[in-house]
Parts: sequence; structure tokens; C-alpha cells
Amino acid sequence: MAKHPDDRDLFPGALEIMILQSLRHKPMHGYALVKHIKQVSDELLQVEEGSLYPALQRLLREGLLESDEGISAKGRPTRIYRLTDAGIRHLERELSSFGKMFDGITRVLAFSPR
Amino acid sequence: MNPFPRLFGRNRRYQDIDVSVQEHIQERADELESEGMPRKQAEQAARREFGNVALVQQRSREQWQWRALESMLADFKFTLRRLRKSPGFTVTVLLTLAIGIGANTAVFSVVDGVLLKPLPYPDSNQLAALWLDAPGAPGLANFESGLRLSASMYFTFSEHNRTFQSLGVWAPSTANVTGIAQPEQVHTLLITDGVLQTLDIHPAFGRWLSQADQDPHGAKRVMLSYGYWQRRFGGDRNVIGRSIQLDAKTCEIIGVMPRGFRVVDNDFDMLAPLQFDRGNLKLAGFGYNGIGRLKPGISLAQANGDIGRLISTWMDTFSNGPGTNPHYYDLWKVSPHFRSLKQQVIGNISNVLWVVMATVGLVMLIACVNIANLLLVRADSRQHELSIRAALGAGRARIVRELLFESVLLGLIGGVFALGVASAGLRLLVAFGPVNLPRLSEVTLDAHALAFTLALSVISGLLFGSIPAIKYARTRAAAALSGANRTASAGRVRQRSRSVLVVAQVAMALVLLVSALLMIRTFAALRNVEPGFTDPDHLQLMHIYIPDLLVADPRTVTHQQNEIADKISAVPGVTSVGFAAAAPMEGFEPNWDEIGAEGKVYPGGEPPLRMFNYVSPGYFQTAGTRMVAGRDFTWSDIYNLNRYVIVSENFARENWGPASAAIGKRVRQFSSMPWVEVIGVVQDVRHNGVDEKAPAIVYWPAMLESPYTRTPTLDAPREVTFAIRTNRAGSESLIGDVQQAVWSVNNNLPVATPSTMQEIYSKSMARTSFTLTMLAIAGTMALALGIIGIYGVLSYAVAQRTREIGIRLALGAQKNELKWMFVRSALTLTVIGVSIGIAAAAALTQSMKALLFDISPLDPLTFLTVPLILTAAALLASYLPARRAAAVNPVVALRVE
Repeated sequence: MAKHPDDRDLFPGALEIMILQSLRHKPMHGYALVKHIKQVSDELLQVEEGSLYPALQRLLREGLLESDEGISAKGRPTRIYRLTDAGIRHLERELSSFGKMFDGITRVLAFSPR
Repeated sequence: MNPFPRLFGRNRRYQDIDVSVQEHIQERADELESEGMPRKQAEQAARREFGNVALVQQRSREQWQWRALESMLADFKFTLRRLRKSPGFTVTVLLTLAIGIGANTAVFSVVDGVLLKPLPYPDSNQLAALWLDAPGAPGLANFESGLRLSASMYFTFSEHNRTFQSLGVWAPSTANVTGIAQPEQVHTLLITDGVLQTLDIHPAFGRWLSQADQDPHGAKRVMLSYGYWQRRFGGDRNVIGRSIQLDAKTCEIIGVMPRGFRVVDNDFDMLAPLQFDRGNLKLAGFGYNGIGRLKPGISLAQANGDIGRLISTWMDTFSNGPGTNPHYYDLWKVSPHFRSLKQQVIGNISNVLWVVMATVGLVMLIACVNIANLLLVRADSRQHELSIRAALGAGRARIVRELLFESVLLGLIGGVFALGVASAGLRLLVAFGPVNLPRLSEVTLDAHALAFTLALSVISGLLFGSIPAIKYARTRAAAALSGANRTASAGRVRQRSRSVLVVAQVAMALVLLVSALLMIRTFAALRNVEPGFTDPDHLQLMHIYIPDLLVADPRTVTHQQNEIADKISAVPGVTSVGFAAAAPMEGFEPNWDEIGAEGKVYPGGEPPLRMFNYVSPGYFQTAGTRMVAGRDFTWSDIYNLNRYVIVSENFARENWGPASAAIGKRVRQFSSMPWVEVIGVVQDVRHNGVDEKAPAIVYWPAMLESPYTRTPTLDAPREVTFAIRTNRAGSESLIGDVQQAVWSVNNNLPVATPSTMQEIYSKSMARTSFTLTMLAIAGTMALALGIIGIYGVLSYAVAQRTREIGIRLALGAQKNELKWMFVRSALTLTVIGVSIGIAAAAALTQSMKALLFDISPLDPLTFLTVPLILTAAALLASYLPARRAAAVNPVVALRVE
């Protein structure tokens, strides 16, 4: 997928993992997701709408998410996104490789020649 | 992932995205409002923050789109628009394709239905037709299918074989049904136990005929065909247990076979059991069709071996009567020659069908070449556009794909129209095709045919599309843009691929025309054959059968037949009447006897087998069979049981030299039989068809003392063909009058299967005339397409070279020289095409050998005429463009540039 210019700070796949992980605890609609990630990351991460909605649709298409008609906190109709079983399995796999990668990056960054 | 739910659920998805996005903006606006911003401003700010709403929605939707399909849809619309813009081209191509693909689909359906599909019986590959070889039987050699089984063989083989699950014998016959409405003659199949078991088709209801029904002293039972049950009993299921009068015998109906059921390739009204009196069976009587179902895993060769060992068992168990040689058939070298039932059904028609299939295929190829030509012209005129697009960065693959897409689309649309053509064509084929084409009723436009049409549409689209595509993939953008294509030399280079196509067309047209002409010459040769009868249009034939339960005494049978002949001759318009046991070319299975001439010594001690027929006085005169010497029988010869015989001319010449020398000579069947005197010689009759050699025939009188029994008994054929010479032949009113005449003699006798001799004669030539018609149509199409091809290429060349022509003329070239220049280039292409075509035709016509009569597949006249015709046609096609070139006005031509 073409990268939105604002994605440049995230490496590929990071947005999807964050979406999946966020939805693991409870189903949310789009705006709630944006706010959730912003809050949880102590405002370090800002998810752009231009990336979020295509990503959500991509995850729906791959069957990792499903969506229901729902009502937002404000009482308006919206779509609520929820993790599927396939989504959970995918997330587990991704988290494990993500962890290894993160570990690797940390070691490289921590290395200093004696 | 299955793309279809994705496609169909798409609109709902798009709405969901919109709902989500709208809510998102609203919620952000709510938040901003709660921070103190006025509502309107808050909404604007939220929208601004969100970014390009339409873009986000679009990019979200894209997740659901199937890119290849979307772009194909666009291509599709674009191509349709382009095709609509040139209706002349589009209509021409579609029409060509519809006819070409349609013809191929129709013929394929026939080939598939007749040759490729299995027979409509369970596990039909286990079914075998039981025929015997008898290479040692003199006179049988020209009988190509071989020898059928005798009743005694049926018992021997079915009881002692080890390779068949079941086997049985059957024979087609006719019977008179009385007591329902008017007396009616029906087609019956006489079957033994084992026939239905072998075919493994159960009755629609009721039960099968079984072994118990074969008892000659038991009750008579029959089964009905579905059609007869519908026709005569209105589909009443209570028909089981009812009885009907069959040949004056009361028979109980025990079952009805399902719709469409046929025994091998025979339609019938009723199945009746063969009731052999086993104790009185002889070795002889090879009149029964045998079929068997092989045990699983057993091959025909193994079955041949198994039955082969039973031949001597058969001769040990039965005999031809006291005093005869018990192992007589050792002389004949009788051996099993089984074939698959399907092979038996198809017979020699496969040859015709493959030739016709190849023919329409070739026409399709020529049509593709023509369309490729049209596409080349079209692509040429798009050259400029394509070059610009190439220059702007459209990839080669993209342009090739577009060109191919257009061709395949044309092919597919053509294919849709072709289905209409095919279904009409099939109806024509069924109506006018050879009547003897087996399984024709099973032919339909089914899934196989649809798949064939689809495949042919796509393949031909790719075929004629690839020629321009390959060519234009190579085009140099720069060369086209620089205007270099306007010079004569580049034009000539571009001509080359089209010239190759013309050469191919001429070559293929030549092959088709040669085949067509060979068939025309064959047909003419057949027409020249003297068939042994005259003026068949005015010769009416019909069958009358007098069963023995109706009239027991043979003498009375003959008297009634004589009386019927007299009554018919009194019918207005009738000039002459006679009857015989069998008329020529009716498909009657001939009978043979050994006939020895007095004083002749035969190698092996046994005289050869001769076909025999029974005739009434006046039969030869009625049929138009010429008396070569001697005289006809008279009724007093017949009633006095005079020992007289009439023989065919070839029999007379073989035995005594000139025909006249035969008169007064004597012949006999077996050494124990009395001699009979030859009183007449008639011309040879092509009894088995126009294209089969005339057999030597012995004509017995219509009543005689039977040569087959020890004590003299009277014998008269009960089923005879009446021949009626009248200018009313073929009319309904004549049949009615004749029926009345017959009923005035015996009101239980139906008149059956009336037809004119002309119909039978035409049927005998049906295979040839069918092939001829198909090839002639194909040849004409090929010729027309070829001419159009040559004309098109030259016209285009002239149009492209207008400037060059202008210059030449301006420099003083003669108009005639110019004309000749164009004609010469057409002639060159034609000569090349003709040479290739002659070589191809010489190779291909070898496969037609079996279809030809009295003519070589390399017939010099044909191979001389066709190239001349083609060359003349090419000259004609090149003349018009050439004249147009010479008429170019140099000033105008130069100004155009």
C-alpha cells in the first residue's frame, strides 16, 4: 500500500499491530481508536485519519477484523470494529516477531565498541 | 479469496466507510465544540483536521477493489466504443466469426454425439458386437462386416464362454398387429435372454423378457417401446397384462422400455422373445446379431480366444442334418472377430465426419486469416495513434494487451452469435444429413458444444489478434512519427505479413476446392453406374407380410400374393406390378447358398456362395431390370413347380462365357439336390448400394420345393417387396388405393414402409452427397474468402502507393505497365500459394480414399482444373485495384501528400 506521508515515523505494519492490539481489549469505532492510541501512547503517537481508515478496511478485507453497526458514545450511528479469531492469531504472530525485531534493534543501538 | 462476495458486498462496504468517516468528523467537532468553539467553526475545523475526506474514502474503498477486473472493465468499455465507431469492420468480422464458429460447433456436435460420446448404456465400454470371420467361405469375401451368429452358436457360446458376463442374440423383424385399430405393420426386435441384461437398461415399468419366455411352447409375451406405448395406448400404465394380436398370435404385454431406449442402433415398436426349438437347431442360419458384456478386465482379444475354442464344440454339438459333413465349417475357417459395440454402431461414417470436421476447421482458419488481414489494415490506420501512445510511455505489453483484448472480445461476441448459427445448422444437418448417420437423434447443442464454442472463440480471437499484436509490438515509435511510413519502401515491408496471409489462404482454398471437386467427380461416377433398375422416380415399393398363423399353406400365400398383384395392376395409373423377397439397396440382409454349375469342378470340392432372391413373374419388367437372354418366369412355371432359375449376367459369364450360353444349363445347391435349369439371364443389379460391386445373384421362383428339407415341402417367401411401376409413385392417394386393393384380397394385411425406388437410391448415395454438399459449401466459402483476401491486399497496396504511382506516371510510366505491375504481384502470391496448396492437397486427399468411387485421390483432371480456377479468380481479383492504380491522376496524387 502506498504510504501516507505522515506514516513516515512508523515502520511498516506498526499501525496494523497497534490497531489490532487496541481492539483486543474492547471493540471500538474509528474515532475512539484514534483517541485511544493517542492517550495510551501519552500523545507520542498520532494516528492520521488518512492512514487509519484504509488500514481498517485492509484488515477487514483480510478477515482479521469484523465490523458491526453500532452507536457511538454520542448516540450517533457508526461502525464498531472488533477482532476476529484470525485477527487474534495474526496479532500473536506479529507480536512475537515484532518483539524479536525490537530486541534486535535495541541490541544494535545499545552496542558500543570497547 | 473468493472475489465474488467481495464484488457484490462492495456497495455496503462503501456505505460503511462513509458512515464511519462522518461519525469521526462529528465526534471531533463535538469535542472542539465542548472546548468552546462555535458549532459551525468546530465542524469546519474537524473537517480540516481530518484532511481530504474524499481521498480517504477513496483510498479506503480501494482496499475492496479488484484491480485487474476494474482495469479490464475499462478496457472493455474502451474497446466496445472503438468497435462501435467502425460498424462496417465490426459487422464483417462478427458475421465471419458467427458463420465460421457456428459451422464448426454444429459439425463438432455431430462428431461428438456420433463418434466421441459413449453409447447410452451403463459401462458401455464393456459391450462387444459378436461377428465372425469366415475367410474360407468363397463368395462371402466381399461381405465386409463378416458373418453373424446362428441360433446354435447362441446356445453354445452363452453356455460355455468364460469371458462374458452375459450375451444374447437379436434380429430385427416386422409383425402385423391386428385388433387395435386398422391392421398395422410394426417393427419388432426378436431377442433372446441376455440381450437386455447385456445392455443393462431396465424397463420403465413391468418386467424384462426372461429365459422362461423363450420356450417355443410357452405363452407369448412382448415388451413395448416407450413410443409405441404412447402412440397406441396413450401412455396408460394399466397396459401390463393386456394382450394384443401379433401375427394372429395372442401376446401378453409384460413391460415398457424407457423413452429413447434402442437396441444398438435399432428403433423398434416391440420386443418379442426369440423362441428357438433347441432340439431342431442346425449349425447354419447365420442371421442373428450377437452382443455381449465382457467381464471386467477382459479384452476383446481374450474374448476372441475364449469363443474361438468353442467353435469346434459348436460343430460337435449340432449338425446340418444327417448325411452332411459335421465339421463342414472348418472349410470356412470360422473364427470370432469381435469388435466394440461402439465401433459397430459408428461403422464407416467416422471417415466422412472427420473429413467434414477438418473441412470446416480449414474454412475457420481461412476466416481467421481474413480477419487478421482486416485487423492489420485497421492497425495500420491506427499506427500514428499507437506511436504517439508509445512515445508517451504506454508500454508495449499494454498495447499488445489492448489489441489482443479487442480480438478476443470480437471472438467471444462472434461466439455468441455462432450459437444461433450452430443451432440452425444442426437442424439443417438433422433434416438433410445422411439418413444412415447413426445416433443422429442423440445430437444436441450440449455442454460439450458450448465448451467447444467458447474455446474456439477465444483461440481464434488470439490467433487472428496475435498477428497484428506481434507486428505492432515491434513498431518503432520514432519511425512511425517521422513519417517514414509514407514512403514506398516501408509500405512494402508492411505488405509482407499480409502477403504471407494471402499465400496461406490460396493454399487452403486449393485444398478445399480439390476435395470438393473429387467428391463431385465421385458423385458423377456414381450417377453413371447402371444400378439394375430404371426410372426410379416412378417405381413405388412397399412391403406386405403374410404370417403363417394367418395363412398356413405356402401355396395359398403365393395365390394371395398373385391376386394382390393382379388387383394392384388394376389400380388407375399402374402399368406393371411384381414382387420379390428383397428389392435392391433396401438394406436387406442377403442370404447365400452354395451354387454349383453342372460339370464344373471346384477347388476344395465346394462351390462358392451366391446371393439369392425370390421373384415373381413381371418383377424384372416392373423394376426395369433388363433381360439379357432367355425369358422371365410365368405363373404357370411357378404353380407347376418347374425347376427353373434365372441368374445374373456376371454369374452366367463366370460359368459359361457369354450370357446366352447360360440358357439351358443346369445348377444346384448341394450334391443331394436336384438340378434346376437356367431359363433366363438378367443384367447385374447393385444390390448392396451403388458403390458396392454387383453381387452374383441367383433368382428362385416365388414358390418352389424347398431345397432345405429331406422330403419336398413347399416354400414361399412370406414377407415380400411389391414393386409398382406408375406415374403416381410417391403419392398418398396411390398408397390408399393400393391398401384398398390389398384388403380386397385379405383384410388383415397392412401395407408397410412405402417408398419410391428414387428415395432408396438417394439414400444409397446419401453419404457421398452429404460429403459433397459440405465440401462444396466449404470450397465455395474458401474461394470467396481467398478472392476477397487478394483483392483487399492489392487495394490496400494501391491506396498506400498512390504517391509512388503518381511519380511513376509523372515520369512517363505507361498505364498498362502499371496495371501489369499490380497484377503480377497478385499472380506471384497466387502461384506460391497454389504450389504449396497442391503439395498439401496431394497429402491430405489420401485420407479421402475411402470416400471416393472410381477416381484416384490424385486425379490429374482435378489437380489441373482447380489451380487454373484459382489463378483465374486471383487475376480477376487483382484487375480492379490494378485498374484503379492506372487511373490515378499524377497531379492529384502528388498534391495529396
